[in-house]
Amino acid sequence: MTTTPTAGTSAPTVTPTVAAVVRVRRSRRTRRALVCLVLVVVVVAALGASLVYGQTVYSPREVLDVVLGRDVPGASFTVGRLRLPRAVLGLLAGTAFGLAGVAFQTMLRNPLASPDVIGISAGASTAAAFGIVTLGLSGTAVSTFAIVASLAVALTIYALSFKDGVAGIRLILIGIGIAAMLESLTTYVLSRAAQWDLQEATRWLTGSLNGARWSDVVPVLVAVVVLAPVLLHRSRDLWSMQLGDDTAAALGTRVERTRLLVVLAAVGLIAFATAATGPIAFVAFLAGPIAARLVGPGASLFVPAALVGAALVLVGDLAGQYAFDHRYPVGVMTGVLGAPYLVYLIVRTNRAGGSL
Amino acid sequence: MSLAARPAPEAAGRSSTGVALRRPRRVRATALLLLLALLVLAALASVAIGSRNVGWSDIVAGLTGSQGSIAEAAVAKRVPRTLLAAVVGAALGVSGAVMQGVTRNPLADPGVLGINMGASLAVVVGIAWFGLAAPSAFIWVAIAGAGATSVFVYTVGSLGRSGPTPLKLALAGAATTAAFSAFVVAVTLPRADIGASVRSWQIGGVGGASFDTLTLVLPFLAAGAVLSLLAAGGLNALALGDDVASGLGQRVALTRGSAALGSVLLCGAATAVCGPIGFVGLVVPHLCRLLAGVDHRWLLPCSALTGAVLLTASDVLGRIVARPGEIDVGIITSLVGAPFFIYVVRRQKARAL
Repeated sequence: MTTTPTAGTSAPTVTPTVAAVVRVRRSRRTRRALVCLVLVVVVVAALGASLVYGQTVYSPREVLDVVLGRDVPGASFTVGRLRLPRAVLGLLAGTAFGLAGVAFQTMLRNPLASPDVIGISAGASTAAAFGIVTLGLSGTAVSTFAIVASLAVALTIYALSFKDGVAGIRLILIGIGIAAMLESLTTYVLSRAAQWDLQEATRWLTGSLNGARWSDVVPVLVAVVVLAPVLLHRSRDLWSMQLGDDTAAALGTRVERTRLLVVLAAVGLIAFATAATGPIAFVAFLAGPIAARLVGPGASLFVPAALVGAALVLVGDLAGQYAFDHRYPVGVMTGVLGAPYLVYLIVRTNRAGGSL
Repeated sequence: MSLAARPAPEAAGRSSTGVALRRPRRVRATALLLLLALLVLAALASVAIGSRNVGWSDIVAGLTGSQGSIAEAAVAKRVPRTLLAAVVGAALGVSGAVMQGVTRNPLADPGVLGINMGASLAVVVGIAWFGLAAPSAFIWVAIAGAGATSVFVYTVGSLGRSGPTPLKLALAGAATTAAFSAFVVAVTLPRADIGASVRSWQIGGVGGASFDTLTLVLPFLAAGAVLSLLAAGGLNALALGDDVASGLGQRVALTRGSAALGSVLLCGAATAVCGPIGFVGLVVPHLCRLLAGVDHRWLLPCSALTGAVLLTASDVLGRIVARPGEIDVGIITSLVGAPFFIYVVRRQKARAL
């Protein structure tokens, strides 16, 4: 289907309605492209800033040299070994959280049904903390463990909310209950560790990029490279499912297969990212609604939401590190930022008279 | 009471949801006595069980003040802890029952609504920024924090046409809890001197109890309990809806305000000494409605006893499971309470949420 004004030339005349539709579609496309462009610029700028800025400020030229693999005294270690993995991990984790969040929100047709509200991130976090602290796992084993656990949690929530069909409201409330339980399990696991390490605790309770290494980055990179295309490939089907399962099936969407693939991909993204960074609070929840506000109605939100997620994590990490006297982990920043937005969302939805 | 009269009130007293509205007085009195017996049992277990179990003679000796042996010293240490667990459990149980009555919301609980975390945050801010050091000041600050948070959460949750639905209140509470616990971390991270105690303001426990903390918190809890009990009759009328209640001669705003103040006093003071403990106020009133019916004049005392039993037993459980260490009671209550929360959610019709 084309959206250029010539689309109507096959008909004898272009009716004003068609012309209006075409105009609106074109302006939406322009807006979407523009928004994505701005977001890319923001992400790249934040990425650059987190490489350049720090205790020692290196020039962009030195940073570029390091990124290209040349040996620069001092900068090779600071930028190449410390800042680069941290920034890349932030970028990837933000992307993963943004994609998974908007996938769940779209599939469940509710902006509140993001993985961090309904307990799936909490499941991954509990599993990762248990795997690392109690079982002494590391690397891929942790990610696998987190994936299995989050899938089990997702399944449990779905099964528990099944009663004459799954009502979205029930699913959210049950998710809140499960999340509360899992968070206290996480606290328990941490309290059984040799000592109460506040750094470690913050990582698994709110999420942090501290101490990121390349070995943390690789699994997340693989997850994003493999799973993001699955989501993008299914995006048209997913958005047609917003009209209801029956309508979507009539439009040619294979509803069950789409739902299964989307859940698997989204849970995978959450689990891999969480295993590396902890559940960075509210990123999955915020990315979708912010992207929707920026882009406007009507289109797939995957790309803008992924960009918003990455921007949130990178900017949040920068602000947490350098905006205050003390360095805060990124999860504390996004947690402080996200809750007022949730309140705003509740207030706005209520005023519009919509149902939550 | 005649034998023939007994089945009638039960049959007539069942509401559509299957909860008995009225129970015969004898059933209620028996329930209260049974709970009292359970409380005594739980308290005895709490004194006897721990990393070192002590025998009957040691308990008796320890209670009379002797601290000659290790066992007797352990008893002397566990007695205030047991009392604190019972008192705080009772406070949280009553607080939850009153909140469920005031908001007419089956999911209301000082933990779920974020009120305990609000009290916690207020104390942490007071310590970190205003140099608060006296435990007596903690209580005032915690109560102020709890009050402000409850007003905030209720306002946010009741905006819009449909008013304060359980879903909106629970979501507003969950968001508030998440934000406030991030704030607690943000406030305590830069302060290595108080950073060590951050954990006790995120997860509640009764481990650090002494008779001093008990005497400190008791007046506040007593005031809250009196306010709540005075409002019990009014809460019964409120259950019929605001219009009917005012038609029956209730001053709705006054009843609601004083009951809310009572419950905030209870949970704020409890949090000031124990940290945030969730789900006790959720589970207890639901159990008590099965035992004592929905009349608040019975429900509140019953909730107090059940809350005391629950928290004391949870504390004992935490010491048994993780021996020789212990699990904070806040973790146990949320592991026990969250499934119950899910059960309550599942029982509701989707429309009612």
